[in-house]
Amino acid sequence: MKYKILILAITLLTFSCGKKDEPQNNTGKLKVGLVFDVGGRGDKSFNDAAYRGLEKAKQELGIEFEYIEPGPGADREAALRQFSNRKDISVIFGIGFIFTDEITKIALEYPDKKYACVDYTVDPAKTIPPNLVALEFREEEGSFLVGAIAGLLTKSNKVGFVGGMESPLIKKFQVSYEAGVKHVNPKCEVLIGYAGVTGDAFKNPGKGKELALGQYSEGVDIIYHASGVTGLGVFEAAREVKKFAIGVDSDQNDEAPGIVITSMIKVVDVSVYEIIKEVKDGTFKGGRVENFGLKSKGVDYVYSEKNRHLIPDEVHKRVETIRQEIIEGKISIPVK
Amino acid sequence: MPHWNKYLNLSAGPLLSIIVAMLIGAVFILAIGHNPLDVYYLLFSETLGNSYGIGQVLFKATPLIFTGLSVAIAFKAGLFNIGAEGQLNIGAFASAWAGFTFVSLPWYLLIPLSILAAFAAGAFWASIAGALKAKFGSHEVINTIMLNFIALALVSYLVNNVYLVPATIHTPGISPNAVLARFDIITGLFKGSPFNISFLIALAACIFMFYLIKITPLGYEITTLGFNRNAARYAKMNISRLTVAGLALAGGFAGLGGMNFVNGYKHYFEIGFSENAGYVGIAVALIARNNPFAVIAVAIFFGVLEYGGLTINTMVPKEIVTILQGLIILLVISLSYLFDKKNFRIKHSPAIG
Repeated sequence: MKYKILILAITLLTFSCGKKDEPQNNTGKLKVGLVFDVGGRGDKSFNDAAYRGLEKAKQELGIEFEYIEPGPGADREAALRQFSNRKDISVIFGIGFIFTDEITKIALEYPDKKYACVDYTVDPAKTIPPNLVALEFREEEGSFLVGAIAGLLTKSNKVGFVGGMESPLIKKFQVSYEAGVKHVNPKCEVLIGYAGVTGDAFKNPGKGKELALGQYSEGVDIIYHASGVTGLGVFEAAREVKKFAIGVDSDQNDEAPGIVITSMIKVVDVSVYEIIKEVKDGTFKGGRVENFGLKSKGVDYVYSEKNRHLIPDEVHKRVETIRQEIIEGKISIPVK
Repeated sequence: MPHWNKYLNLSAGPLLSIIVAMLIGAVFILAIGHNPLDVYYLLFSETLGNSYGIGQVLFKATPLIFTGLSVAIAFKAGLFNIGAEGQLNIGAFASAWAGFTFVSLPWYLLIPLSILAAFAAGAFWASIAGALKAKFGSHEVINTIMLNFIALALVSYLVNNVYLVPATIHTPGISPNAVLARFDIITGLFKGSPFNISFLIALAACIFMFYLIKITPLGYEITTLGFNRNAARYAKMNISRLTVAGLALAGGFAGLGGMNFVNGYKHYFEIGFSENAGYVGIAVALIARNNPFAVIAVAIFFGVLEYGGLTINTMVPKEIVTILQGLIILLVISLSYLFDKKNFRIKHSPAIG
């Protein structure tokens, strides 16, 4: 317990250096409430992407926002309800598939508020409330592409995957990545590791490093991670043994330049920003699914000045062909 | 009123600790650049200032009562149960399993069956640690901690691979006949909070533990074992049986704690639902000094902190509340020692007494 407190105290002091008090005012500006997933802010990927969307909306649209980082279990509904009870907040976001049940329920209870849920699990048997937008991402399409990149680039014919919490969602990343690898390189072996079985597995860099070092020592030269903060440990391991990694959700190049070959990005930030813009412009329409795939560039892989030197032209060309084939429906991607 | 004095003395330590902890916490809040008074005002007004908040607090307190009792009864037997977290998860899963397997049973059979399943599963899980201790003398602290990991992995496996509802992290729903009603539906109070009947089961469990310790032979033997292992052995008590029984009771209490979430709130088992209630239960039992009724009060206070952490999260990181909890535990343990010494002096000094 003492250690826990010490660690927390240090964390807090670190936080306190950067964070400034945000003045409270009731200027009648559009106010957004956002509830993060278990990983919370600072995961350098999924949740931070949502936060970037908020920041962008604040700067460009002049909105205000508040956020809550709930724990697992009953906190999600309580957090959504807390924002819904506030008069000054009119748009509420839930970040993560885990909010699906709660946000549906709350949206029905508060018909005057507007809701959006990233990674909402669409159930064809149920209707989406008229004040809720479901934001769905086709991670399998992006994962397939980075799988193809890994399969083309590997020299040892062994690549790895490190997942966060062993769950159907992350399984989808894994299976489609494997399919992408095998699509271009049927002989390539894929090693798989998961950091754990609870939400905490998304915030355990130590475990991520351990898993990655294990895979690298077995001859793997590229690891794709889908594990939130845990993935920072994968990069650390890659730096240590001078091998490669593939990032997820956000462009993670800056975490380990020269080592992160590319990242499978989900434009969570764009989706958050767009929804806020719609509300501001009065064009918000609920009860629908907004789909983000390769076609709409809702998911993609990073190919920029920063990492271009890591991806040879012929690999890039091949992957772009595959992209086209996926968009045209010529390749069907397994998800489980 | 000698009794009154005794309780005042007993609660003085914890109360003082809470105040000191909040003062230290205020320093952290100031460091982040917020007014501690604003934050504390928000924390208490949102938790105790309206009926929804009170419902949320009591909902959060319910599993803590169970896990507090779990740790307390093990303490009574001189055993340190760190395994409430695992027992809670196993019990919750068992209760959910009973609820979605025996769907055709009427409520007056299914609810007792769910309670039984939760208690038995938790008790079984803890008694593994008990049996290891009794048979091989391996320490229950290690055993219960390790069993936590196994329990979490086991329920996660069962949920992800056997009973999964696709694209979620939970099991199928339980039969409506296994549902423990919410107070907001029965009474109209606490609107929106999932505070439910399992709170009453928690209160019943406290009374049960009180009588178990006070009047039953088993309770007497458990307490004897806790006071002095050798004395218990000399009195020809069966130490092995008592060790297993003590931990089994502890596990049973913890196992019931999951019904709050499973039968009272979501009506399914969800991975990670327990929010470390098993570990917080250790603190609850320590501060309550293993008294089953004090456990209720302390659990409610921790409920205030747990839900309060969420309400102030828009202003400060919720780690602030974790810091408060940690400080309170440290201070209570050190201050109660001071107070105990003082009591001793008062009792034996003719000048004051």
